This record gives sequence, structure tokens and C-alpha cells, in this order.
Amino acid sequence: MTDPVVTSAPPRRAPLWHRLPIVHQLRQSVGLQRGMLIAGLTLTGIFLLTAIFAPVLAPYGFAQLRDDNGFFGAQQAPGGAHLLGTTVGGYDVLSRVIWGTQTALAVIVVAVMLSIFAGVFLGLISGYIGGWLDRVLVVIADAVFAFPTLLLAIVAAIVISGGQSTLFGGVLAAAVSITVVYIPQYFRVIRAETVRIKSEAYVESAKVIGSSTSRIMFRHVLRNATRTLPLIFTLNSSEAILTLAGLGFLGFGIEPTSAAEWGYDLNRSISDVTSGIWWTSVFPGLAIVLVVLGITLVGESLNDLADPRLRTRRKADSPTSGVATADDAAPVTAATSATDSTGAPA
Amino acid sequence: MTRVVDIKELEVTFATDGGDVVAVNNVTLSVEAGEVLAIVGESGSGKSVTAKTILGLLPETAVTRGAILLNDREVVGMTGAQLREIRGTDVAMVFQEPSLALNPVFTVGWQIIEGLRAHKGYDAKQARAQAIEMLGKVGIPSPEERIDYYPHQFSGGQKQRIVIAMALVLDPELIVADEPTTALDVTVQAEILDLLRQCRDEFGTAIILITHNMGIVADLADRVAVMYQGNVVEEAGVEQLFSAPQHPYTQKLLAAVPRIGSGGARATARATERVASGTVNTAPPVVVARDLVIEYGGRFGRHNFRAVDGVSFTISPGEVLGLVGESGSGKTTIGRAIGGLTKITGGSLEVLGHEMLGIRERAFRPVRSDIGFVFQDPASSFNPLLTIAQCVAEPLIVHGKARDAAAARPRVNELLEAVQLPRSFADRFPHELSGGQRQRASLARSLALNPSLLIADEPTSALDVSVQARVLELFAELQKELGFAALFISHDLAVVDMLSDRIAVLYKGKLVEEGSGNDVLGAPQHPYTQRLLASLPVPDPVEQATRRTALNALKAAD
Repeated sequence: MTDPVVTSAPPRRAPLWHRLPIVHQLRQSVGLQRGMLIAGLTLTGIFLLTAIFAPVLAPYGFAQLRDDNGFFGAQQAPGGAHLLGTTVGGYDVLSRVIWGTQTALAVIVVAVMLSIFAGVFLGLISGYIGGWLDRVLVVIADAVFAFPTLLLAIVAAIVISGGQSTLFGGVLAAAVSITVVYIPQYFRVIRAETVRIKSEAYVESAKVIGSSTSRIMFRHVLRNATRTLPLIFTLNSSEAILTLAGLGFLGFGIEPTSAAEWGYDLNRSISDVTSGIWWTSVFPGLAIVLVVLGITLVGESLNDLADPRLRTRRKADSPTSGVATADDAAPVTAATSATDSTGAPA
Repeated sequence: MTRVVDIKELEVTFATDGGDVVAVNNVTLSVEAGEVLAIVGESGSGKSVTAKTILGLLPETAVTRGAILLNDREVVGMTGAQLREIRGTDVAMVFQEPSLALNPVFTVGWQIIEGLRAHKGYDAKQARAQAIEMLGKVGIPSPEERIDYYPHQFSGGQKQRIVIAMALVLDPELIVADEPTTALDVTVQAEILDLLRQCRDEFGTAIILITHNMGIVADLADRVAVMYQGNVVEEAGVEQLFSAPQHPYTQKLLAAVPRIGSGGARATARATERVASGTVNTAPPVVVARDLVIEYGGRFGRHNFRAVDGVSFTISPGEVLGLVGESGSGKTTIGRAIGGLTKITGGSLEVLGHEMLGIRERAFRPVRSDIGFVFQDPASSFNPLLTIAQCVAEPLIVHGKARDAAAARPRVNELLEAVQLPRSFADRFPHELSGGQRQRASLARSLALNPSLLIADEPTSALDVSVQARVLELFAELQKELGFAALFISHDLAVVDMLSDRIAVLYKGKLVEEGSGNDVLGAPQHPYTQRLLASLPVPDPVEQATRRTALNALKAAD
């Protein structure tokens, strides 16, 4: 019997640059999925750059009503000193749209940070320990799910800031109210993954080794359960923007003097629409649509790429082009199912 | 004789993340009516892909080249509608896992009739009559009544019969059976093989049988094609192949098949050695089970399910006990109970001096360092995000023998050497190893703390036969060297026979027979053991034919 041991060097690793999360997926994708991912990344990139460089890009401040030449004047048509016109309140539309990216980004970051840690931790505990704790937490999460999310966000906004948000408190109020809605989402996803992983053989093998419960939970379960998080992260970010805009539109958002917020601007522009003043509503609305679209496209294509069944691949070329034969099926199939794999060993 | 299918220079290439993979390379095969062609090979040899190409069942990522003539019609490049027309009427498929091949929300009758209505345009009454007739032919008792049953109301073997009935009902000229008995117990397997033989003899159907089990080949096939890495390396009549294999790979494959009776001599030698060294009966046994009962909680309003019912056995230090039984016999449950993964409900189970009835995890944890566990599925028993070195170091870290994986590295290297894996493998991730390599790493991990008891739960059932032989050999070597006691759980009598000092046979949660390998396998007392032994196909067509008649006689006597 010959020994099938291969004494070769470990399989080649791709350069670090190629293994970075988004870059890896971008290289992996083909066709329509690649187009979606690139479109999404472009939109999201523009959004992030605009947020970072808002002070440079915006011609005026978000709460600026006048410059050296006096007041801007309300509802000025696009052109001249105001490329996109001015609002009914006399603000510059272009500046409000650009400054709005900062508010949106701040809300996304705070909301996701607040919900992701609490949600993941609760999901892990609930899924792994189970029993009555699990049942109570699941019932609470379901109850939160059953509420209309916007209504819940309104309630939270009122509780936190009395409905009158100013400055940073406004961002925080919006973020916290979004958090309340999203904790159950992270909770459910992580809990489901944990319950699945709990019955995997490697968790049982950790148990027979004698590992403590916390070691199993954090070393073996947690890292394997968080694989889907980037996907929910992107999808939730776009939902966070929508919720923030919804709050602003309904009048629970941030005051115009504290920060620029697209939902608030939309609210103010309702009366303009009937009088033919289109620029006050179209540009903030477009900003919301494009940012949500961009982030959703990234999330959706990451989701498709993470699943080997949904991922499209290049058609196999000529079978005589000197490719590896299926001499060892196990690593090949494993490579297909593992999202972070860098190609099957030759 | 007419040729049913003619495969010429078939090439199939898959697009994967790791580049293109040629799964089938220049394969030429043909099957005639009333003939059983077995395609044999290990996983990844391209046998399933070849067969699926005949039905056009490959995923979109595959590119097919070459020709497949099915009744003189070219299958490669057919459109969806043309493929639908030939599927069922010209060629039908029997899948590996019958419980997945049947739709759980429809009655079996509905599923059989669906094919009839799609192809033959029968009305409901005709189709039902035909379906009942076919169910009767494949050996489902009282088919008039059971046609309205749902799949979950049948046993695994009956489900496979129904799948075969679905394949036969349109009277296809060719049946492709992809590992049709792999998911079934060995006694049921014999019945399904009988049924397939009957298909060939009574309906004149040609069968392509895909399998990795040489015993099944010897039992059923007329002609055999051996595939290796996408190529057909040998094609011969069944008797010729087994008596005079030509290709070195075929010879290797046949040599690796475990055979009953090979372990008897070894066990005797070990026994005498132990008597000579005077270790017999001096030390207390490592595991003592007395009237062991393990129940699983039933659903609301149902009785508890008794998985293990009054089992008594002992394992002495340094002894290998082989535990054999079919699925549902409770063998894995016993292994898990000894490893502290399943709570016992009655009787007594003493593991290394600790009574397991009502033991608390805290009290048992120190004992765990003395117990090793090898799991069945090498694919899932490693944390995919840790390297092999980190995985093997886990027990050392948990029990405070090493601070972290780096500190444990010398011992890890030592262990990997013991299981004959090169050191460089330590820095690989589990998915970069093949099944056999992973199972050896698993063995290394279980031996990290020098346990005095090792539980091996079907450690080789997921492996190819040549890899299995290597792992079993290694297991025997290490056991001899390190002298740990072992509970070796398997459904395969031949595998257990190779390693065990004593063999215990479980049947429906009860221990029906226990004794040395020579006693249990040479002169089985209990009728179940006799039937189990007779059902096991041996890789020799001539001997298998005589065994088959013996099995039929045994069944007739029941």
C-alpha cells in the first residue's frame, strides 16, 4: 500500500491584497453579478467620499441662510450662485444634500455599532445556552418584529429626546431608535447560525476535549456564526437610511439648524411640489434613492457571491488547457463551499 | 443484443473557484440491453458525473464534449424539452438517498403517477392501476392501500423500492443507479440488490450501477468499468476483473477491501501476547456497562424512545471492543454516552471509575483528558477557521498542558508525525486536507493527551476504501504502540473484524451477541448476526453467488 501523503509545500496563498473582503469578492465575480457589485461599490464609494469631504465640497454650510451678499432668498430656481436652487426655508439645496451624507453616515455607523454588538451577543447566548432564556429572548425579539418598524422608531425617538432633537442628540436619537429595530435582526440571524453550528461535529469534539462553555462559545461558535454579518450589515445600513429619512419626513428628525437631513428637507418640500418647484424635493430624494440603491447592490451581490449555488462562474474553457484534474475531490468541494478559500490546492 | 447506450470520448469540465477541473476525461463505454454495467471508483473519479451526463443532469457550470448515443439519439447538446422526453421513458435514475429523492408532501402514488401522466397521457384511473401494479412488483406489501401513503410512512428500504418503482413504471431501457444502497443497512441492501437483479432479468432493463463497494459489484454486475481520476483504467467482465485484475489501480483497490476473517489471527496473537505479559484481569476495566438504558425524550404525548435497552459489557485496559449494528441500533448512542455527550437514563455506566448516571459536567471534565474521541465525518469535526495545528493543540490548551498553540507546537508536530502527516500540514486549514488526511489529524487530536480510552465512531465510513485501509492500519499500529483501550463503532463487520479483540452486535438497542471475532463471525449464534453476516456482499463473484443462495435459504427459514 503506497502512502498517499503529499510532502509538498503548503498551498500557495494569494497576496494579501487579493484576500481583503471586498476585493476578494470583486475578483471572484463575473458577468451581471460583477456589474451589480461594481455599480454598488461606485455608488457607495461616492457616498462615503462625499461624507468625508463635505466641508470641502459644499459651497455653503447646511444651516447657512445668507452670505456676504445678503440672504439667499427662498425657493430660488437652480442656477447662478445656487446650482440646485434654494429651499422654502432659504437654504442652499446642493449644500444640504452634500452635508446630508454626513448625517446619514453618522446614523449608519452609530446605529449598526449599537445594534451589532448587543444583537450578536444576545443571539450567541440565546442560541448556545437555549432553554427558557432562549424562549424569553425569542418572544421579545418576535414582539419587536411584530411592530411596524417606523412606529417603533418614533416611540424610541420620543422617549429619548422628547421628540425635539438638537445637534448630536438628534443623530443619537435616530440611531438609537433604529437600533431598537435592528437588534432583533442580528439576534435572529446569529441565533439561527449558532443553533446550526451547535450540532456540528467540531463543537461536539470541543466538548469531549473538555473545553469550557465560554471557550466553545467564543472560540468555536462565534467566529463561524459571523460569516453572514457583512451581508446583513450592508442591507441594514440601507434600511437605516430609510428609517432616518422616514423619521425626518414625519417630523421626528433632526432640526435644520443641527444638521442637514434629507427626510426633513423632503417634508418641507411637500407644498413646493404642487407649485411646480421641483428642485427642493428631487435632489434630496435622489440622494436617498442612490445611497440606498448603492448599499443594497453591494449587500445583494455579496450575498449571492457568498453562496456557491448562486454564484455564477466563468464557463469552463477548452478542457485541454492543462488544468488540474479532479485527483482529490474533497479539497475541491470544500473550496467551493468555503467563502474565504483562495482556490483549491493543486 | 442491442446497444442501449453508447458513450464515446466523453469529456466533462467543471468551472470552479479554483479554476477548471476536468471531471471526466475521454471515457468510452457502452451498455447492452439486459446487462448490468458497474462503474467503480473512489470519490472524485468521475463515475457519477459520467452517469449523470446520460440524463443531462449536470449543473450549468459543466461543459460536455464527446458523444452519448441513447437508442441512437445524441444526448449531448439536447435542449430541455428533448431531454424531458427521454428522461423517464428511455432512461431513469435511482438516487443514493431515497428519503431525499421522494417529495415528502405528496403521496408515493401521486409521485409515480406524475411520470405516467407526463409521458403516457394515461387518465387518472389507468395510471393508478398501473402504479399499484408496479408497487406490487417491487415488493411493497398491500399496494392498493399503501399507494396513498406518504414517504415518511415507509422504511428506508421501502422508500428505495418506491424510487425504483418510479424508475420502472415507464419501462425505460436503461436505469442509472447512483450508489443505490449506500444509505441503507446491509440487510436491506441485499434486498434492494435482489430487486435490481430482478429488474434486469424480468424487464430486460440495462442498468448502470455506480458504486464504490466491490462487494456490490461482485453481487450484481455483469461487466465492470474501473474509473480513476476521470479515466476508465480497466474494463472487464466481472469474473475476469476479480480473478485477474490487470491495472495496478484495480489491484490496489481490490487489495484494500476489508475481508471478514482477516482479523481473527491478529486478535489471537494479541490475546496470547497479553496473557504472556500478564496484564490480563489485573487492572480494573475502563468501561463497565450494566443494564445500560438510554432514552430520548419523546415528543409531547408520545412515549420516550428507548435507544439503548439493557446493554451490559466491559472494556478492559488495552482492549479493542468492536460495536456493530445497523442504523438505529444504538451503537453511536452508547459511544456518545461514554464520551459524556449523551445522558444515560437507567442502569449503570462506569467510565474510568466514574458513574455516568446523573454525573455533573463539572465533575466529569477532568476525566475527559483521559478519553479520546474520533468522529465519523472528517469534514465537519474541525473548526474551519482554525489551522490543523491549532485544532490539535486545543486539548493541550484546555487542560493546561500548554499556554497557547505556539507553545504546544512541539507536541503537535510529534502527534502529526505519529499519524504520518508531514509537519507542513500543521499550518493548513482543514478544508485543504483530503478526507483521509483529516481523519488522521482527528486521530492525532484525540491522542494528544495520551488517553487511556479512545472512542472511534465510524471513523472510516466516510472514506474511500483505499484510504480506509490506510487509516485502519494506522489505528491498529497506534493502538499497539500506545496501548489504549478502544471502543470501535462501525456498521461494517469486516472493518470491525480487522481491529477488534472482541465484537459486540447490537440490534434495536439490545446486545444480541458478544464474543471474540472468531466466535461471532465464525459461528454466529443469534439469527440476526447470522443474517447480518450473510447479507454482507464479498468481493468475489463466485463466492458471492453461493452466499446469496445461503442468504435466501436463511430468509426462507425465518
